[in-house]
Amino acid sequence: MTNSANSAGRATRESNTRPLNRFEITKRMVAKLTQGEAVIGGIGNTNFDLWCSGQRPENFYMLGSMGLAIPIALGVALAQPSRKVIALEGDGSLLMQLGCLSTVAIRAPRNLIIIVMDNGIYQITGAQQTATAASVDLVAVARACGLAASHWAADEADFDALFDAAQERAAPSLIALRIDDQAAVGQTEREPARIRDQFMRGIGAKGNRPVTQSPSNKI
Amino acid sequence: MTTEAPARTWPRDIYDVFKQVGIEQIAYVPDAGHAQLIRDCEADNAMNVVSLTTEEEGVAMLAGGWLGGKRGALLMQSSGVGNCINMLSVVMESRFPLLMIVTMRGEWGEFNPWQLPMGQSTGKVLEDIGVYVQRAERPDEVRDVVHAAAQMTFSSNRPIAVLLGQRLIGFKDWSK
Repeated sequence: MTNSANSAGRATRESNTRPLNRFEITKRMVAKLTQGEAVIGGIGNTNFDLWCSGQRPENFYMLGSMGLAIPIALGVALAQPSRKVIALEGDGSLLMQLGCLSTVAIRAPRNLIIIVMDNGIYQITGAQQTATAASVDLVAVARACGLAASHWAADEADFDALFDAAQERAAPSLIALRIDDQAAVGQTEREPARIRDQFMRGIGAKGNRPVTQSPSNKI
Repeated sequence: MTTEAPARTWPRDIYDVFKQVGIEQIAYVPDAGHAQLIRDCEADNAMNVVSLTTEEEGVAMLAGGWLGGKRGALLMQSSGVGNCINMLSVVMESRFPLLMIVTMRGEWGEFNPWQLPMGQSTGKVLEDIGVYVQRAERPDEVRDVVHAAAQMTFSSNRPIAVLLGQRLIGFKDWSK
């Protein structure tokens, strides 16, 4: 039973013996989103497959700023504490910004779920190896930062169980999946202002508006 | 004769402006010049105050805050500006507001030579990537400069950096 291995904290990157497919697992996750959950898709294939899973208005797609899906999700989570917020990030991106795991752990937002798609390569730039292919275990890193609810998903059923538990948990969760080397099935439309606007309307966020006037310079 | 430096009032002025304009998220990398402002914000239960590992995290976190409908401010030292230049792309291209409050080093009475390259380049680098830069040099102008910057950024979805001149923070005497 892979779940028992996870709950005992013994699952490792290597216990995920059959690499999962990013697009398939993304579709699987999106099918579980029935409460208006916000999803922040990290740079590259991660957000491309999110886009291809169906353009939910509560999805935000990153076309740049490698490594910042989790910090963006943290900001959304703090701004809308009653909404679950999911960050989808790749191993290369997370390696660029490991410090954000400690930031999340210390702030411990109750409504943040981090999904890490780990294929051990910078797939989009020519499949050069990342550090996870050699030695880095991102779940171990997350736990060492203080994110206790961090687990490898061994297979699809294990992912389902871990994700369902994360949805119920009043603490941040991290689920890592070893995935295959397949490219995304399509690409996100590159119109960032539109993406931002659709997302904000999708989660009912107010846009720009004037601030209160200062007494000292009021006209 | 003992001389005691008068208490700084401008950090509290910045806090008051934050409250006035409805800022609810503060992201910071600590700087001695921001210590009092950070304390005031952390003592305020209505503010989400997040200590970052690097400034670029803050650019993203406040973008996320805006996505969720909240206003925020990023507090950092001038040396941190260099850390987040590339990450300002998300602000520029997705059209986010961003209020950066930058305490300056390396420009006036600096004792640490390592602070000079970034301190001398801070304004130029910010303007080069497309951030609007405004400065406050005197304690009595900090309030209005920060307030005006908040009005501009949150009304225009453009990033603005307020540089707080090193002269505001004072001359650190290492000769004793």
